[in-house]
Amino acid sequence: MDRLRDKIVPVTTLLAILVVAWYAFAVILNAPFQRDLDRRAGETPGTVEFIGKTLTQAKPTLPSPDQVATNFFENTFLRKITSNRSLIYHSWVTLSSTLLGFAFGTVLGIVIAVGIVHVTTLDRSLMPWIIASQTIPILAIAPMIIVVLAAVGITGLIPKALISTYLSFFPVAVGMVKGLRSPELMHLDLMHTYNASPSQTFWKLRMPASVPFLFTSMKVAVAASLVGAIVGELPTGAVAGIGAKLLAAAYYSQSIDMWSALVAGSVVAALLVVAVGIVGRFVERSMGGRPA
Amino acid sequence: MNRFKPSWQAVLAFLLCLASVASGSIAAADAAGVYPYEGTRGLILALIAGAALVSMFRISAILEALVLFIGAHLAAWLLIRGIAGVEGTAKAPFYLLIAAAWLLAWRCVAVLSSIRTGSKQASMALRLIVPTIFGAWILIIWEAATRGAGIPFILLPPPSSIGVRIVNSLPILAADVNQTIFKAVLFGYLIGCGAGFLVAILADRVPFMRRGLLPIGNMVSALPIIGVAPIMVMWFGFDWQSKAAVVIIMTFFPMLVNTVTGLAASGHMERDLMRTYASDYWQTLFKLRLPAAAPFIFNALKINSTLALIGAIVAEFFGTPVVGMGFRISTEVGRMNIDMVWAEIAVAALAGSLFYGVVALIERAATFWHPSVRGG
Repeated sequence: MDRLRDKIVPVTTLLAILVVAWYAFAVILNAPFQRDLDRRAGETPGTVEFIGKTLTQAKPTLPSPDQVATNFFENTFLRKITSNRSLIYHSWVTLSSTLLGFAFGTVLGIVIAVGIVHVTTLDRSLMPWIIASQTIPILAIAPMIIVVLAAVGITGLIPKALISTYLSFFPVAVGMVKGLRSPELMHLDLMHTYNASPSQTFWKLRMPASVPFLFTSMKVAVAASLVGAIVGELPTGAVAGIGAKLLAAAYYSQSIDMWSALVAGSVVAALLVVAVGIVGRFVERSMGGRPA
Repeated sequence: MNRFKPSWQAVLAFLLCLASVASGSIAAADAAGVYPYEGTRGLILALIAGAALVSMFRISAILEALVLFIGAHLAAWLLIRGIAGVEGTAKAPFYLLIAAAWLLAWRCVAVLSSIRTGSKQASMALRLIVPTIFGAWILIIWEAATRGAGIPFILLPPPSSIGVRIVNSLPILAADVNQTIFKAVLFGYLIGCGAGFLVAILADRVPFMRRGLLPIGNMVSALPIIGVAPIMVMWFGFDWQSKAAVVIIMTFFPMLVNTVTGLAASGHMERDLMRTYASDYWQTLFKLRLPAAAPFIFNALKINSTLALIGAIVAEFFGTPVVGMGFRISTEVGRMNIDMVWAEIAVAALAGSLFYGVVALIERAATFWHPSVRGG
């Protein structure tokens, strides 16, 4: 019951308020255009009819939630998966490069973190640059990377995945450095008294200690790599993927399509974060971790 | 007593020098049949081998680092100077020598980072020098690779020509920075962070709202918010207002979530103390809870400084007036002026680092009492 009172009720209430506000804004934002239409057609609809019309425009400024929901439902469940209009198809294209980039990024982040923890030179020289690398608006380079790699003959999944990699290695590297350094001096001393070699200390103490940190940062990283994949699709000439869908809808001002592509992206993001969380919990439990 | 202390970097650099001597000329002959590097080859080899040799004697760490630094960078400079005008003719020995010089620089960094000094200024200077050498070598290797292998200019221009481009097109870059950063980013950043902060205070007063907002805020920070960029461009037009709107939305939620978390950071003891002083809500807020929340708030400000720049630049991909960093990047890619694109990226990186640095400095000044600041 506590969970219901503390979490579910407030969240649903706020969401309901948001939806109502959305409808209100939809009416307000779409009204000028609708008035214009009515004036040209010489109609003078009543208030209720007018509101109804503002919520059913073909290319509204702000589509109403039910328009987005209908469009999302149609393009997700009613279309063939192979169809160019199916959101599942586009989501899959984005998801595949997200996952590839995420895998690269996680491995790279872990390798960098292990290097930083064990080699003083790397710690001193690399760490400031890793932080600086994230102040560079990397997404601005996304079109560059894709054009350059396309010129070399690398097209398709890899360039997009590289952008995801760049965005996702940072949280993993920082989290892992923290995690690998999290064993206390006492534990390290204990390993010392056991006459453990550095590699034994690493595998039996540092690695297990870093797992919770790893999964926390992987959650951030997977969200970041989805953003990378979506932005990576913007300059590819809009072939497939959620980003391409967004760009195409933006060109033809199909606002409903735009919103449903956004919803699709959000659903993918939420699923990815939840999936990483579940895997994390599973791994921690199988390693004998107790909930804190 | 042993006068020798070999390091693997120096030994390997020595071996690479030998290998480069064994494998012929550094670069192919040009059309006139003249080999480049004939004059400087001996000097380059002597520099690298000499520095490697000297570094293996037992000398003071500062002296060793200095010798290595001069040897590595002079050799690299000679190598890059030599290839100018005959790009793309480099052969294996060129890369071997660059690698040898790089190993010496690595040894130099290793020596520098193992120095322990008591004085604060010296350790501060070391902490700046070590990453600077590392960054310089990224540029040197980039320069050597693009010039040595003759990588086409439109694929990857060498850093030196990007630098020339920056110097030559300062007015354009200044106009872009003005449009993107001083109009869109700063405005959006201030409004977004301010709104996030105010809503967090409001949520703190109303527990029901806090319970609802926190999960939603956490959820939203995982979403690809950047996707609202085309919608904002549709609503607010092509000028900077639409970019500022994207920045506001992107910066709002991190600020909200971090501030709410930070406001819960003060301990029970301290809060009880405030109660015994009979302080009201606002006094407790300003004298205890906001200062305690400052590290969290600054964390959000730092995250947002990067997010804001990204948001504004990406939003410009969807339509802008004919000025702005995102606009310049997307059009110059189309016109194959890759050096201009890189110049813009370099400026964006510089601006991003400066922005972050300024926020970090303010943080150090404002949260001087925090262990993470005192310790460093």
